[in-house]
Amino acid sequence: MSTPLASTNLAIDVQGLNKSFGDKHVVKDFSIQVPRGRITGFLGPNGSGKTTTLRMLCGLLTPDSGTGKCLGFDIVTQSDLIKLHVGYMTQKFSLYDDLTIEENLMFMARVHGLDRRQERVKDALDRLGLYERRKQLAGKLSGGWKQRMALAATTLHEPDLLLLDEPTAGVDPQARRQFWDEIHALSAAGLTVLVSTHYMDEAERCHDIAYIAYGKLMARGTANQILTKVGLVTWQGEGPGVDRLSPEIAKLPGVEAAAPFGLTLHVSGVDAQALDAALQPYRHAPFTWTRTQPTLEDAFIHLMGQSEDNYR
Amino acid sequence: MSRAVTHDSWPTRILAVLAKEFVQLTRDRLTYAMILMIPVVQLLLFGYAINNEPRHLPTAVLVQDSSAMARSTLAAFVNTQFFDITHEAGSVEELDALLRGGRVQFALTIPGDFSRRIARGEGAQILLEADATDPSATGAAVNAAAGLPAKALNHDLPGGLAARTPQSPPFEVVVHRRYNPEGITAYNIVPGLLGVILSMTLVMMTALSVTRETERGTMESLLATPAQPIEVMIGKLAPYVMVGLLQTTVILVMSSVLFQVPMAGGWDALVLGVLLFITGSLALGFLISTVARTQLQAMQMSFFYMLPSILLSGFMFPFRGMPEWAQTIGQAIPVTHFLRVVRGSLLKGEGLETLWPSHVALGIFVCIVTALAMLRYRRTLD
Repeated sequence: MSTPLASTNLAIDVQGLNKSFGDKHVVKDFSIQVPRGRITGFLGPNGSGKTTTLRMLCGLLTPDSGTGKCLGFDIVTQSDLIKLHVGYMTQKFSLYDDLTIEENLMFMARVHGLDRRQERVKDALDRLGLYERRKQLAGKLSGGWKQRMALAATTLHEPDLLLLDEPTAGVDPQARRQFWDEIHALSAAGLTVLVSTHYMDEAERCHDIAYIAYGKLMARGTANQILTKVGLVTWQGEGPGVDRLSPEIAKLPGVEAAAPFGLTLHVSGVDAQALDAALQPYRHAPFTWTRTQPTLEDAFIHLMGQSEDNYR
Repeated sequence: MSRAVTHDSWPTRILAVLAKEFVQLTRDRLTYAMILMIPVVQLLLFGYAINNEPRHLPTAVLVQDSSAMARSTLAAFVNTQFFDITHEAGSVEELDALLRGGRVQFALTIPGDFSRRIARGEGAQILLEADATDPSATGAAVNAAAGLPAKALNHDLPGGLAARTPQSPPFEVVVHRRYNPEGITAYNIVPGLLGVILSMTLVMMTALSVTRETERGTMESLLATPAQPIEVMIGKLAPYVMVGLLQTTVILVMSSVLFQVPMAGGWDALVLGVLLFITGSLALGFLISTVARTQLQAMQMSFFYMLPSILLSGFMFPFRGMPEWAQTIGQAIPVTHFLRVVRGSLLKGEGLETLWPSHVALGIFVCIVTALAMLRYRRTLD
């Protein structure tokens, strides 16, 4: 392998990426460093530029401006080399419906010019439990199997970096869990993974989180670091009918979000005193209020509210 | 809630669907353009370009008699408006080569003893050889030529000779229909179909096969692999070369068996022509697929290409019957050149040595379209 791969501890190191489609500025001045061997969760609302960023990282889109390296290769001028060492799993299933699992994998193996193709394909089929189904047409598979097959196709050429674009969208919880076990196994073997997702439980399974909203990187770090940095204070209200108070409480000064969680109500804000004052009128029977740990979801909703929405 | 649904709301629903369809239509600019372009182009073609009684057909002459009478006879041919004298041959061989190579539709020979025989009343003859591979191109002109002798020389015949005109024409036009003496239309149409069928299926199939990748999202996976554009292009086109060769074989066998179309030879020209034409059609399909976003658009663009290929190539109507501008457009269409190769080789038995200009034209088309397709093929999703 060529030297650039070994020369840095960062799998991804990009600065000031910009990308516009027409008059939509989808990615704004985006910079990120991703250390090798870690699983980084890439979070953000729909249309925040996650897919565009992933596509720029693997050479599928050319940034309007900005520089950077992916696995030590320049993302603008060396995308051919990047493609050899990156596995990119698209958001929408993008293998051939009219080919069988085995044919699809064989196609990918050939397109990547791999040696020992039969062996590699068989290994991948075994590893992901696809061997029994290898003669099935990809188009006939359910979401979970399709996604496993896509992971097999993406990892067939033993990439150093996996870019996964919402890999578990529309997949049942059990299949999601198996998928994440596989991701962690790959990571343990030394792969760097950047995975975009909407699911908070998945965000918590990542080593690191990058939160992007409307083209800008809003927060970066581990789940705990992000929670500390955001500094949200959250009260949990209990009592009959407390969940129905959310529209009323949400309007009060100092309250940033009031969201019912089952029969309880989570009320959050960054200003502890203002929040206290706002909740004062409701501190009576039958309601009881307790301080609680804010969830990542509370933090992200707070971040989303802060970010400027350039689509509005 | 169910009370809100009333039976007389159906016009509203229809209007809603209609309005939605209309909006969608205007958003799809290419479809919109095609809806307008197809009738405009058809109207132009049928209105102006198609002429079933072609005039001003290129004619080569070999005049071995330098008399005033020979010149008047030539002038009479030109005056029918069917014949344009484009070449003056110096020898029988040169005249023959012009006709064989398809450079002219007619070859006219005025023998050396023409005026002497007229003066003596000995039954003078001139020879009109017609390239009858396309019978509809020559029919009207040949009829006009047959009527010439009765009046061509009225002004030239002095005194006593003029007095003889009512009795019998002073000379006779001998017509030779070469290559397709019986004027069988199938001989012309069936080889022509080879060009039309090949381009229709090949252009469309490739255009669809690549657009399908874009439409289904598989192009994204393909682009993320190290595969180079030229590799993708060749890989996608090669199977269709096989398809094209298979179609060619089927059509040629059927032409021979069902229509008894002569296979006069010229195999080198035919094989090279077929290969060039198949390559060109596939490259064009690929080019279309780099422009079209959906399979439907690819289909429409393929049809847009087929229209002039059928109407302006000389397949359906005689090429020389079209006005100059239409012929210019026709020259840019590969089917035109391919038809010349197929008819020249199958019906006339001509080889590469006479048909090479058409091969050169096909070669240029292949180069230009391939280059454009490679330029247009996006290595990224930008």
